[in-house]
Amino acid sequence: MTPPDLAVAEKIDGPSGETEELISGSEAIAHACRLADVDVITAYPIRPYDTVMQYVSQMISNGDFDCEFIVAESEHSQFEIVKHASVVGARVFCGSSGVGWFYAFEALAVTAGLRVPMVAMVGNRALDDPGAFGVEHNDALAVRDLGWMLNWVSTAQEALDTALIAYRVAEDPRVSLPCAISCDGAFLTHSQTLVKVPAQETVDSFLPPYDRAEKQLHPDNPITIAPQVNEDWLMEMRRQNDMAMRRARGVIIEAYEDFNAKFGRSGEPFIERYMMDDAEIALVGMGTLAMPVRVAVRKMREQGKKVGFVRVRWFRPFPTIELQDVLGRVHAVGVIDRDYSFGSAFHSGVLATEVRSALYPMENPPKIISFIAGLGGREVNADNVIEMADMAFDAAGGGDINDQDTHWIGVRE
Amino acid sequence: MSTGSVEVIYRGIFQKTLAKNICRGIVLAARREGKIGIAFGRYGDSPERNGIPAKQFAVVSDNSEELEEHLAKYEPDNNDVTIVVDDALCKGVESWAWYGLQPINKLLADGGTLVVTSTQSANKLIKTVHCKGAPYNLAIVKSPASFSGLWVYKDDHTDVRLLGALTKVAPQIVSLESMLEAIKEQWKDDLKVASAKKAYNAVESTPVGADQGNDEVPFSFDLPGWTKMEEGLVIRGMDAKPQDVPGRDGGYVPTRNETFKKFSTRTMRPVINFDTCTKCTLCWLNCPDTCFDITPDGFYDANMEACCGCGVCEAVCPVNECVTMVNEEAFENHDSQWEMWGKDKEGYLAWLSEKITHLPARSHGFHHVGQYAEEIADDPA
Repeated sequence: MTPPDLAVAEKIDGPSGETEELISGSEAIAHACRLADVDVITAYPIRPYDTVMQYVSQMISNGDFDCEFIVAESEHSQFEIVKHASVVGARVFCGSSGVGWFYAFEALAVTAGLRVPMVAMVGNRALDDPGAFGVEHNDALAVRDLGWMLNWVSTAQEALDTALIAYRVAEDPRVSLPCAISCDGAFLTHSQTLVKVPAQETVDSFLPPYDRAEKQLHPDNPITIAPQVNEDWLMEMRRQNDMAMRRARGVIIEAYEDFNAKFGRSGEPFIERYMMDDAEIALVGMGTLAMPVRVAVRKMREQGKKVGFVRVRWFRPFPTIELQDVLGRVHAVGVIDRDYSFGSAFHSGVLATEVRSALYPMENPPKIISFIAGLGGREVNADNVIEMADMAFDAAGGGDINDQDTHWIGVRE
Repeated sequence: MSTGSVEVIYRGIFQKTLAKNICRGIVLAARREGKIGIAFGRYGDSPERNGIPAKQFAVVSDNSEELEEHLAKYEPDNNDVTIVVDDALCKGVESWAWYGLQPINKLLADGGTLVVTSTQSANKLIKTVHCKGAPYNLAIVKSPASFSGLWVYKDDHTDVRLLGALTKVAPQIVSLESMLEAIKEQWKDDLKVASAKKAYNAVESTPVGADQGNDEVPFSFDLPGWTKMEEGLVIRGMDAKPQDVPGRDGGYVPTRNETFKKFSTRTMRPVINFDTCTKCTLCWLNCPDTCFDITPDGFYDANMEACCGCGVCEAVCPVNECVTMVNEEAFENHDSQWEMWGKDKEGYLAWLSEKITHLPARSHGFHHVGQYAEEIADDPA
C-alpha cells in the first residue's frame, strides 16, 4: 500500500494549471500565502520558521506576490501587528517557533479570544533549553486550551493544502478563530519534496475573499472590539468561543469535501487511517512521525502482525468521534508523543492524555500505552516503532506491560 | 454566634488610605474581643483613578464557619453599616467596571445604619439618597469630605472619628473600649484616641422611613446571554441622527451610551455663562469624556450625566467668567443649563450667580507649597 502522503509523487491528473515543484514545507506554506493572496505578513527570525519569511520575501522581490511584509522587532509585535491588521479586514499570516511562539504568548491568547481568523505556521522546535532547535510539539501545544485551531501536517504537500483549508475554515463567519499549522522542524521545514502547486484560479474557486462584513473596524462602521469586561461578561464570551470551536468541526468537514472536489486530493479531514481495517493494535502520532511508523507498520504486516497507524491531523478541534470509532475496534493503542507534560497523569505526553480522555467513556476501551519519543528532534526509526508496537501487542494479549506509566523510547539509559 | 459587616464607600486615590484605615481598624479592634475578620477592597474597582467611587469592606465574626459565608464574594450584600466618606456619593455609586448606578444604601441591611461625613443636615442629605423601601438609620459625622493628596495621607483623624462613631451605631460589631485600645496600639497617639471618643459621643442617628428619600428609580438594564451577544467582542457604536447636529450633513455622529453614565465620579461640575461664550470649541474639543453637546445655535452644553467633573473645560476656556467649576453639593438634578438659559436668560443668570458662590473645596491633593499648613490652620477641628 502506497503511503498516502507520498502519493503526490505519482502522476495524477490534477486540475489544469497545476505545476510540480521541488520545495520544502516552508516554501509550500509561502506558496499558500501567495495563492491565498495574503495582505499582511509579519516576520521575526527564529529557526525553523524563518525559512517561510525567506521564501515570502523572495516571492515579493520577484514580483510574484504583493503584500505588506513587516519585519517586527519581536514575536510579540509580530503577532500584535497581524491581529490588528486582521480586524481592519486584511488577510494575515504569521508564524514562529519554540520560545519565539512563547514570546508572543500574550498576543496569541487574545487573538483567539478576539476571534481573529489569523493563520499561523509553527515550525515545531524544542523550547530552547539550551538553544536546541530540533522538533518537539510543546510549542504549538501550549495554546491548545485557548481557542486556536491546531493541526499537524506530515508532508510539504499537506502543508500547502492545509494552509489553504485553514484560511477557509478560520475566516468562515461560523468559526472566526485563529488556526496554527504545525510543521516539524527539519523533517518538513528544511526538506524538499515534490509538491503540486495549484493554479490561482483553482484556489480562487475554493477560497472566497476575507470578508469581516459588519465586524470590520472602519470609520464607516463604528465599532469597538474588545472593551474592558469583567465577571459580568467574560463567561458569556468564553461560551461563544466554545461554540465557535464546536462549529469548526462541521466547517472543516465541508472544506475538505470541497477541497477534494476542486483539487482532487485531501483525504479524511481529522485523521489519517493507515492499515486500520483489520488492525488489532494501533499506534497514534502526529506530524512526520508518520514516516518511520508507516515503514514499521509495513514491515510488521509482512510478518503477519496486524498493526495499524492513526495520524492525528487536527488536534483542535480534537477528533473525539473519529478516534472513538477507529480505536474502539482495537485491543491496544500505543500513543507516541513528541512532547512532554511533566507531572501529568501517568507522566504521559499531551496527546496520550487527550486520547485516554476521549476513549474513557467507551464501553470496552482498548488498553492505552503511552510513549515519549523523538524529543529535541531525535530521529524516531522503524526499530523504535516496532519496539512500541510490540509493547502494545503485549498489552493487548494480557501481558504485564505497564499501562499506568509512560515509556521513553530511544533514550540512553 | 454573630457576624457583622461594614461597607466603606470612598473616592479613588484621594480616600484610598482612609478607607483602608477604617476597615483594618474594625478588624483589628474586633480581634481584641477574640473575633476574626477580613478587610478587602472591591476587586472590580480601580481605586487608583481620581475620584472614582470605590469600596472597601470589613467583615468580623466570632466563628470561622459564619465568616466563611462572607468570603470569596466581591461585595457583602447585607451590611450592618455603610460608611460614606464623601457626601456627594449619596447620589449613587457607579464605579469603574460597574454597569449601572447603585443606590448608596443598596447593600445596607434593613434597619442598618448609613454613616456619612457631611456638613449638611440629615434632612437635606436624605433627599439625595435613593428610597430604600425599608427603614434604616442615617448618622452624620460632622466633617467636610477628607481628601488626601496622591502621595500623602492627610491625617485629619477622619479615620478614627468614623471608627469611634461606628462603635456607637453598631456596638455588636465591636465595642468602644476595644476600638480605643486598638487605635492606641495602632497609632500610638492619644489625640487620635480622643478624636474617636469625641465622635462616639457626638454622633446621632436619625431614623429614615422606608419611603423617604429620592424616589427616582435608578437606571438599570439586563445583561444579555451568550446567545444574544454579538460574537467577536464587538460593541456597536451608537449613531446619533445627523440632523441633531447643526452643520452636519451625514457621516457618523457619535452619541452617548444610555446605560453608562459617569456622573457619580464628580465632586464638582461646570456651570456655563452662555452670554459670554465665544463658541471657540475648546471645552468641546478638550473634554476627556466628550460630555459637551453641540446645541442647534452652536453653543456647547455640558451633559451632566456624562460629566466627571475634571475641570478641564474651565482650565481651557479662554474667556473670563464663562466656565466655572461649582461644588456638586449645590445641585439637585442633571438638567441642561443651555435649556434653562434658553427659557429665561435673566433667571438663569441669577441661578448661575448663586451657584458660583459654592466654589469647590479643591482639596484633591495639594497644589502649592504651604497649602497643607493653610488648610489645617483654617480647620476649626
